[in-house]
Amino acid sequence: MGLLFHIGRYFAFMASALRRPQKGRVFAQATIIELEAIGVQSLGIVALLSLFMGAVIAIQTAHQVGGWVPAYTIGFTVRQTMILEFAPTIIPVILSGKVGSNIASQIGTMQVTEQIDALEVMGVRSISHLVLPKLLAALVIFPFLVVIAMVLGIGAGAWICNAAELSSFADYEYGIQVDFKAFDVAYALIKTCVFALIITSVSAYHGYHTSGGAKEVGRSSTKAVVYSVVIVMVANLVITQLLLT
Amino acid sequence: MIRVRGVDKAFGDKTVLHGIDVAFDAGQVNFIIGRSGSGKSVLTKCIVGLLEVDAGSIHYAGEDFTSLTSKEREEIRLQIGMLFQGGALFDSMTVLENVEFPLKMFTSMGPEERMERAMECLKRVQLEGAEYRYPAEVSGGMQKRVALARAIVGRPRYLFCDEPNSGLDPQTAIVIDNLIRDLTQEYNTTTVVISHDMNSVIEIGDNIHFLHEGTVAWRGDRKGILDSGVKELDTFVYASDLMRNIKAKLQEQ
Repeated sequence: MGLLFHIGRYFAFMASALRRPQKGRVFAQATIIELEAIGVQSLGIVALLSLFMGAVIAIQTAHQVGGWVPAYTIGFTVRQTMILEFAPTIIPVILSGKVGSNIASQIGTMQVTEQIDALEVMGVRSISHLVLPKLLAALVIFPFLVVIAMVLGIGAGAWICNAAELSSFADYEYGIQVDFKAFDVAYALIKTCVFALIITSVSAYHGYHTSGGAKEVGRSSTKAVVYSVVIVMVANLVITQLLLT
Repeated sequence: MIRVRGVDKAFGDKTVLHGIDVAFDAGQVNFIIGRSGSGKSVLTKCIVGLLEVDAGSIHYAGEDFTSLTSKEREEIRLQIGMLFQGGALFDSMTVLENVEFPLKMFTSMGPEERMERAMECLKRVQLEGAEYRYPAEVSGGMQKRVALARAIVGRPRYLFCDEPNSGLDPQTAIVIDNLIRDLTQEYNTTTVVISHDMNSVIEIGDNIHFLHEGTVAWRGDRKGILDSGVKELDTFVYASDLMRNIKAKLQEQ
């Protein structure tokens, strides 16, 4: 089926997903469950990757430019990399593998086992019931995960600089403060929210339109991750061009 | 009562249903039987609104379901209970939560009242003690009974059962059949059962509709099934190894 067909069906899907929940209390409970599934269960991997990335960026910067630029450059580079790109882009890309495939396989399994038909026959608007809590939870929790990633990455950079004697703590501290623009953080958070929306909705779309059996659920899950990552990358370019130039 | 008038349904070039006219009576177990690919499941999906018909209409208690908007259909859907072939239980919820779910979504009942009603339905399908287990932790027959409890929890006016006995041993199948018959009488529901199982048809079928190549080739009661004069129905019935049992049962009745 053509690209235009999928684009049209995706927007129709989103229009259904954004309809008012039928029962507020059920929606609130579902959203809390999703916050746990998307956020709390992703905390470990986000923390681990951010710590290692912050440390590695500090070592690479010291290795590349150490000796011929001021020592505070290490702190500056770690801060800029973590705030502008690693935390708001790479973390969502990683989460699309974890959260996106989970959403697609969960909804896809519900589709092939007639659970979605059961919801529809009962009178439940299945798209809104299944997708809206995930969208809201991702929009709320992704920015928190990204801020945690920024803090841990910069912290890990400081630790490695001290442990491996790459620069003094005072230089690193100066580096992470020099020429700081609060707008960079705002830009990162805007990107994160857009990516959260893309990853959740694209994954849910692929899961919802699964037909067949276990093999097709697996295929939907793979498609969800691949399409999410590609769309996130395109959106990253567009948002960066719009906000930073 | 449900009336289906002149329903056509096609998928691309393939016409699955043509000019289907059937009526399902309240307080009776109405069977739709036929070979695989005869259009039984498609017809059921059209009746409950999971598929849109290409032509014709479906009437619930005189109201034309096919002409309603999706929001207007919700009112009728709240009166429908459906037992799916695979159970279609929500696997992230316990048995009790599955049964409570329709009440949680569509009633203003408090938690205690909800639980009381759900437990009443679980008791009705002989599933006390399994309420805190997950669908994956119970047998296929138990899953069907949970699904039946969920289908009746909202006291539906219309009950649909898609292959209720598929994958079940004969004894469990009899339990499910008896439950469907008893619940139909108890709640005076218009019950529609899609099945291949001639044993069930003979045990509990009040009205039988035989579908062949997308049309209703025969309709009548279970006693008329052997004298239908419809070659395809004879072949269908004789194909089931239960023929001798069916004859014996009909003679007993």
